[in-house]
Amino acid sequence: MTTHPRGVLAPTRRAFLLSTAALALIGTLPGVSFGAEPVQGGTLTVNIGNEPPVLVLIAHTAGQSVYLSSKVTEGLLTYDFDFNPKPLLATEWDVAEDGLRYHFKLREGVKWHDGQDFTADDVAYSIQALKDNHPRGRATFAQVKTINVLGPHEIELLLEKPSPFLITALASSESPIVPKHLYEGTDPATNPNNIAPVGTGPFIFKEWVRGSHVLYERNPNYWDAPKPYLDKLVYRFITDPAASVAAIETGEVLLTVGANIPFTDIARLQASPTLGFETRGFGYGNGITRAEFNFDNKFLADPKVRVAIAHAVDKNFIANTVYLGHAKVLNGPVNPALAKFFTPDLPVYEFDPAKAEAILDEAGYPRGGDGTRFTLNIDPTQPAGAPRQSAEYIAQALDKVGIKTTVRTQDYAAFVKRVYTDRDFDIALEGMSNLFDPTVGIQRLYWSKNFKPGVPFSNGAHYQSAETDRLLEAAAVEPDAKKRFDLFVDFQKQVVADLPALDLVAPDSFVIFDKRVVNHTLGAEGFGSNGADIYLAS
Amino acid sequence: MSSLPRIARALRRTVLQAIPTVIGIVILNFFLLQLAPGDAADAMAAEAGSATEETMAAMRERFGLNLPMLDQLLTYLNNLAHFSLGYSPRYSMPVSDLIGQRLPGTLTLMAMALAIALLIGLTLGSLMAAFAGRLPDRLISIFSLLFYSVPGFWIGLMLIVLFSVTLGWLPSGGSGTIGSDLSGWAGIVDKARYMVLPATSLALFYVAIYARLTRAAMLEVRNQDFVRTAYAKGLSPAVVTVKHILRNALIPITTMAGMHVGGMLGGAVVVETVYSWPGLGRLAFEAVMGRDYTVLLGILLLSSLLVILANAVVDILQTWLDPRIGEL
Repeated sequence: MTTHPRGVLAPTRRAFLLSTAALALIGTLPGVSFGAEPVQGGTLTVNIGNEPPVLVLIAHTAGQSVYLSSKVTEGLLTYDFDFNPKPLLATEWDVAEDGLRYHFKLREGVKWHDGQDFTADDVAYSIQALKDNHPRGRATFAQVKTINVLGPHEIELLLEKPSPFLITALASSESPIVPKHLYEGTDPATNPNNIAPVGTGPFIFKEWVRGSHVLYERNPNYWDAPKPYLDKLVYRFITDPAASVAAIETGEVLLTVGANIPFTDIARLQASPTLGFETRGFGYGNGITRAEFNFDNKFLADPKVRVAIAHAVDKNFIANTVYLGHAKVLNGPVNPALAKFFTPDLPVYEFDPAKAEAILDEAGYPRGGDGTRFTLNIDPTQPAGAPRQSAEYIAQALDKVGIKTTVRTQDYAAFVKRVYTDRDFDIALEGMSNLFDPTVGIQRLYWSKNFKPGVPFSNGAHYQSAETDRLLEAAAVEPDAKKRFDLFVDFQKQVVADLPALDLVAPDSFVIFDKRVVNHTLGAEGFGSNGADIYLAS
Repeated sequence: MSSLPRIARALRRTVLQAIPTVIGIVILNFFLLQLAPGDAADAMAAEAGSATEETMAAMRERFGLNLPMLDQLLTYLNNLAHFSLGYSPRYSMPVSDLIGQRLPGTLTLMAMALAIALLIGLTLGSLMAAFAGRLPDRLISIFSLLFYSVPGFWIGLMLIVLFSVTLGWLPSGGSGTIGSDLSGWAGIVDKARYMVLPATSLALFYVAIYARLTRAAMLEVRNQDFVRTAYAKGLSPAVVTVKHILRNALIPITTMAGMHVGGMLGGAVVVETVYSWPGLGRLAFEAVMGRDYTVLLGILLLSSLLVILANAVVDILQTWLDPRIGEL
């Protein structure tokens, strides 16, 4: 491990290079999009579908909150589309070659919205709070052994083992930096700041009228003046899909993200000359749809049955008919958008019902008198929409090869209890997020040590493979990017061969925006960034 | 006999009956909600998309879900005895504040919808009765049946498509211009613009009921002796219709309207969802999906109180409309 004298900035090899380059880049960004000067003023009204539970993600990971938390409460870093870090609250950073020391220089002269100074103490408190309370922070910061405040604007993290994903986890919505003076001595999960936040960000919290809207206003003292450009930022929660579309068409909402827009309406909206569609900027989500098999079911415990099911299901049908083409077919557990870890080089179970039947016959499950080999249930996450329709298609596809399959529906809480607590399921049709790194987003689904009944989004299949465990554990602490990629390729091949889950499609995510809204998606965080660059073109 | 003592007696009886009714409702609903699979921690984790053993345990402790079920009920009842509806960890605020935020919007929407429904329903019903069996009666009958049978969300969406998307006259959803500092008359007009479509969508279903009821009641009353007497006294047909026929026909309508108050309070979920109206119906729905029983019990408690209140008002109204009621 590297050691450095306390209180002295260690001017190491790569110390300032990255950050200076990034600063130069970010300076040019606002002008890049249309070559126009940003315009000050205006109100941006956004529809995010469901109402978020909190406005600060210090102890929560709710998807809808991502779009709100980051605007008020910033993180240490922001990222371009390839996850290369760029400065935000940290101006310079340096990771020791052995991956065990992270050193940050923090931005000076930054003030919280209540007038207090932002210092390294806030960062130290926040990282500890994330480690103790955040549903993912517990894993992300698990190896952080010591947090040393080296000066008012300087901090280092000392790690037990390398955590190669840590540097991508410092985004505003993933690891927000909260004011220590408002949190210290309280339970971060229930702190009142979570619903009326004070941050360092470009927008100041004004009001949250439950069931109606959240209103943010421009921070006139923002550290990156003259940003932000917008005067007001309004978030609305339109849950009804048709009403969401109507709000886009009337122009009442200028940007829609995370809301439920029917696929049948998308083609019509795409034809509108005033609307734009952005599919990038979901780097912290990377959702996929998969059918997870319960290994505690005696039929599904047989690998031949799982292979037969893989041959019986036409993923292209799901992509084209259920998602109307707004999804990419998957051959493995990694969303192609997670480009650093995606490999196209995986074996494919081609759609071939006759082959599926042959495998089932050979495995000793002949069709009975009524044509049925055995029966299964399939439970989609949601009682309506694409998950339900995908489940219905799979049930029909399995019926055709003699596996009589019943679709059962329930609301989300009941689904979670059924699959992860009661384990009363055969096939679970799930939407899962790859997140920003496989160790954080994918390992949890396959690691045998994460078979934990009662914990949602764990290893629900009860899949156990020593080789998979070895690859995951090695990749989690491998600082070398190339070696780590190779480990994840081997991992993908292993789970595609073992089939604890059949990966189906990666649905497209959209930001639907009025073309006057500029700079809403500038990197991997998309609209989950701090929004300082967004402006309304006149 | 003066009507005051009768009204006082009716009120006392209502209050005495209300207390056990409300406690019964709370306990019954508490156990009903326990039957739903999954708890608030499951729902929160589902929403978050990530969880660990520690976060699940911390959430259960925060919600009091680690306590035995009876203890949870006793804690809740104890809170109620201290006039507290409890605290919702999911919304990070006291339940009474949460409901208080939504109550004014819900009540105004309900009042406006009920007013529209009664006004149009009574007018159409009177017209139908006046032209019973003839063409206007048939036509209005068809229209009211149409609105009765078409689902509320579809009417709501069609109104949005017509008045918001195509014509651009009215906003498609919400309950006021956000961030505007309108006050006084301009503020009221702004709120009213947002309320027209949801109130109309909510009212149309009830219009049909009131129109049919008014028609039937008026036809029945029209043939009674006191109507003939009124005509014989030389009163004009309009006065007879309004003061003698309609007033007596109002008894069944007020009874129904009183019952509908409860239905509209919690049952406006569909209209509230279509118009993103921050109402109690949606809050109740979200509370069920989130398994947040403190919020749901708070709403159900309030709804039951409001239903009891509405019934009391109807009782009083009816003793005024028909002095024979409540004499025994």
